[in-house]
Amino acid sequence: MAELTYRDAVAAGIAQELERDERVLFFGEDVAAAGGVFKTTVGLLEKFGPRRVRDCPISEQAIIGAAMGAAMTGLRPIAEIMFSDFLAVCWDMVANEIAKARYMSHGQIQLPLVIRTANGGGARFGAQHSQAVENWAMAIPGLKVVAPATPADVKGLIAAAVRDPDPVLVFEQKSLYAMKGEVPEGEHVDRLGTAKVLRQGKDCTIVALALMVHRALEAAETLEKEHGISCTVVDVRSLVPLDTQTILAEVAKTGRLVTVEENPRLCGWGAEVASIVADECFWNLDGPIVRITTPHVPLPSADQLEDNTIPSATRIVREIRERID
Amino acid sequence: MATTTKRKKAAAADDIGQETRLELYRLQVELRYCEKRAYDLFLQNLIKGTSHLSLGQEAIAAGFGVAMRPDDWTFCTYRGHAHTLARGASMTGVLGELMGRSCGLLAGKGGSMHLTDVEHGVMGSYAIIGAHLPVAAGAALSAQYRGTEQVSVCFFGDGTTNIGAFHEAINFAAVWKLPVIFVCENNLYMEYTAIHTVTAVDHPAADRAAAYGLESVLVDGNDADEVYLTAMKYINRARKGGGPALIEAKTYRHSGHSRADPGKYRPEGELEKWLERDPLKIYRERLLQVGFAEGTLTDIETETMRKVEEATAAAKASPPPALDLIDKDVWADGGAAWRN
Repeated sequence: MAELTYRDAVAAGIAQELERDERVLFFGEDVAAAGGVFKTTVGLLEKFGPRRVRDCPISEQAIIGAAMGAAMTGLRPIAEIMFSDFLAVCWDMVANEIAKARYMSHGQIQLPLVIRTANGGGARFGAQHSQAVENWAMAIPGLKVVAPATPADVKGLIAAAVRDPDPVLVFEQKSLYAMKGEVPEGEHVDRLGTAKVLRQGKDCTIVALALMVHRALEAAETLEKEHGISCTVVDVRSLVPLDTQTILAEVAKTGRLVTVEENPRLCGWGAEVASIVADECFWNLDGPIVRITTPHVPLPSADQLEDNTIPSATRIVREIRERID
Repeated sequence: MATTTKRKKAAAADDIGQETRLELYRLQVELRYCEKRAYDLFLQNLIKGTSHLSLGQEAIAAGFGVAMRPDDWTFCTYRGHAHTLARGASMTGVLGELMGRSCGLLAGKGGSMHLTDVEHGVMGSYAIIGAHLPVAAGAALSAQYRGTEQVSVCFFGDGTTNIGAFHEAINFAAVWKLPVIFVCENNLYMEYTAIHTVTAVDHPAADRAAAYGLESVLVDGNDADEVYLTAMKYINRARKGGGPALIEAKTYRHSGHSRADPGKYRPEGELEKWLERDPLKIYRERLLQVGFAEGTLTDIETETMRKVEEATAAAKASPPPALDLIDKDVWADGGAAWRN
């Protein structure tokens, strides 16, 4: 094992795949010479050269469209959208074209491509550079969606995404880029569609994603120590495919489900999880399902405002105490 | 003046070769007859939804179709029946798709606006204006990266020149010198609105070329010879690493924008004037003028009509798609599962 930051693990994941497969190429805005605005792709240009690691104009439609065209003709492109908010600029490419091409063409078009993007809040960037939009992608049939919470997961899931024959969106949480963690040495490839149980408890199952996983773990620690409430924490990791078996099994054990979502309230990913649990696990539940989300507002910028908008560990503790006790 | 131009064009056509000229004619006849058949099938309510006909614009599809190498790629819009057929797609497959039958190119899953035939290099028909220009550039990037000397050809209407993706894609292709030919079929109307009333320049594509360091290329889109020669020139240049081109081909659609549009916004006499410049009429007269026998052309017409009848009968006889297709091919594993 080696200790890496989340941002270095991103670069390591891309480098591993560029090294392995000549069909892989990587492009985006400021990703090559500058090494990425979040420094997630430092060293790739130097190692793999300008043929395989390319700087693009500020043209999100061209970037994602080009990834699509390259993928359907035999390459395995990785395209970066600098901030996930900018997916709105090229949503036609993502939602109308990439997601539907295989289905509409009766399987003639194959699109093995990856779109990586910096997602989510916590960096005081305001409402147009901080959104958690993984639920947008989840709502479109034909897209696979992952949101890794740790350095090991981001490397392994990027690798899995590149090797997958379908289009995959990788939502990297920008507040996690500086986080350090153990990453397996040598080749590391994870599996899409697998959730991870990070902590076992008996009173309540907290299901979380990306940055919220860390806040859920912190809350679970406090709940256990200070309030005697013991929680399971599940990291969903992959929204599509969704590992419902792990979630259902863990909810059945504790009889309670709490989702912690960075998405604004309406149609956050937890709503789908809550619906599945209500449908399929109802008789194992000991109380109502609780969804802890960002309120249904655009994200404000100032420290105090942002911190009190996105679910915090304190808020998770408070809500679980109020609803579960 | 008119006579001089006619002679000049006939002379240029002499470089094309007899076989190619007959193929250009045959293809235009096929596109015309098949598209007319699609219109008839609409009137019989055998084709549902919408459809965008290329009647009057056949010379562009034929000129490029004949000029392209079999492994080159076509990207077209929702007005893509002609471009799909021009690459050799099966007529039964096209009519079957329009009719929603299992023999359709997409087994009924795509419909009129999404014709695709990868085997023949038709990499899709894209129904959102502008979307396929970046995609065509991406395919060209793939050809350049792999050194295959394949060329992407991307067809779109005049209305597309006012959407962002047009500008993003052409700049992108120019910066990386990608082997992609952008072909604007300027039929004078974006949908129901005359293009000149909503565009800041006279030639919506050609006048924008300079912004991307490209040559301004304006051709008569109703003259198959001129289209073919232009296509050969720029496709070959792109194949040899000379980078992209933006070509504006001026033409006219004989019918409205779509099935729902009778085209009543057109000034009186305009359609009649353009019917005089019907690409099939022009080409037929030219072939006769340069010495092809009337019988040769009649034979082509008769044989093509026979093929259209045969394809129509086959498509009509084909059953509707099996319902299990609904849950197929969302993913590469052939299925649609989003959870375990």
